[in-house]
Amino acid sequence: MRFTKDHEWVSLDGDVATIGITAYAAEQLGDVVFVETPEVGKSVTAGEGLAVVESVKAASDVYAPLSGEVLEANAALAEAPETVNQAPEADGWFAKVKIADASAYEALMDRAAYDAFLETL
Amino acid sequence: MSDETLKHTPLYAAHLEAGARMVPFAGYAMPVQYKDGVLKEHLWTREHAGLFDVSHMGQARLRGVSPLSAFEEVTPGDFIGLKPGKQRYSVLLNKKGGIIDDLMAGRPDDDGLFVVVNGACKENDFKVIDAELAGQVRIDRLEDRALMALQGPKAAQVLANHAPDAAKLAFMETAALQAFGVDAIISRSGYTGEDGYEISVPGEAALRIWNTLLADERVRPIGLGARDSLRLEAGLPLYGHDLDETVSPIEAGLGFAVSKKRRDARDFPGASRIAAELGGEVTRKTVGLKVEGAPAREGAEIADAEGHVVGVITSGGFSPTLGYPIALGFVPPALAAAGTELKVIVRGRAQSAQVVATPFVPHRYVRKV
Repeated sequence: MRFTKDHEWVSLDGDVATIGITAYAAEQLGDVVFVETPEVGKSVTAGEGLAVVESVKAASDVYAPLSGEVLEANAALAEAPETVNQAPEADGWFAKVKIADASAYEALMDRAAYDAFLETL
Repeated sequence: MSDETLKHTPLYAAHLEAGARMVPFAGYAMPVQYKDGVLKEHLWTREHAGLFDVSHMGQARLRGVSPLSAFEEVTPGDFIGLKPGKQRYSVLLNKKGGIIDDLMAGRPDDDGLFVVVNGACKENDFKVIDAELAGQVRIDRLEDRALMALQGPKAAQVLANHAPDAAKLAFMETAALQAFGVDAIISRSGYTGEDGYEISVPGEAALRIWNTLLADERVRPIGLGARDSLRLEAGLPLYGHDLDETVSPIEAGLGFAVSKKRRDARDFPGASRIAAELGGEVTRKTVGLKVEGAPAREGAEIADAEGHVVGVITSGGFSPTLGYPIALGFVPPALAAAGTELKVIVRGRAQSAQVVATPFVPHRYVRKV
């Protein structure tokens, strides 16, 4: 798994990246009450909006950590947005994206680097 | 404003100790949520009792020869007819009938009028009142007092242990009394739609009283986040969002704050506009909306069924009690009837919304004791 400074995580299986938000981000957001996931087939660009998570108080953008094409969105979040809080780095994933450039994945932070980054916040 | 210049309420240390997330609000560092988070705090208040620090709000006594009649010069309420022990909701109006602030004003005793105004508006409010009523009333601001709200179905049982006399108050009644060993001003009112009280106490006793109330297992501290979602469910407007200096009480659905006597007398600021609006010349009205899909938040456009923009959301979010998004917003009167199908534009997409009656969640005020 790799991480961004915006608190997204990515796990890579071949050229398919599964993307979600970290436990830290889920904790900061508070109870998630709505998730807007991307449409299948949409092209996403690293650093641009991929999804939106809403708490009672506010809406927050989730950015695409990598560029690619959306293969699948987590439909279960429509009925159970609280999954993002319960299992942010597993069942609470947002989208699976087919990526063109696996080297961009390697350039993201690993767990140790992300944990060190969290220490600086 | 940097954190260093933010003011602290007398309960600041208690918030930090309880693990609150502090945010700037009305010039103060205030708790937006505690460890439970907004959703749980909201539901706790609906089911048990929530304790809120609202010491940022402006408390004052208006004193003078006849402060009640003087106050009618800046509000559309019947204050001459306000009996001792009663409190009214009212609005401070500008010359154009726009709302400078909304407020509570009551007679907990015979010592003039006790007013509580919004924290973010208080400096201007008291300046306006002072300018308009100079020579008639003296404004004695009670900056050494804290204010807390105890709200929820268990609030009355909890407070009865500490202030038996407060249990005798009905909704919108107020009394100056001895409670917690101090001079307290307690009213049965609040901003959640639940039964409950607002409790004004000397600042130096606030921390002890806060902890005394929290020692009751039915009571938890509740932050401003849940205060906002609770008041939205109750259909209560928030100044600076649903209300501002351009909005009249009629547009805002606060016609009840314009008393019958005053409507006939037309003797308050902006009376001609408000009379015209009461006669049907109104271009926008606040409505409640049940929203399908993503929450529609402040600033989102409202469109009619054909997609023409007709209004704007002034407050919106997810209703923890109902489990779907709700909002308040302005629409033309022709589209204000309950059941009207509208659209809200969220992130460029039109979502269905339906005009519904407010409050979204029924009030549970105790009007008779």
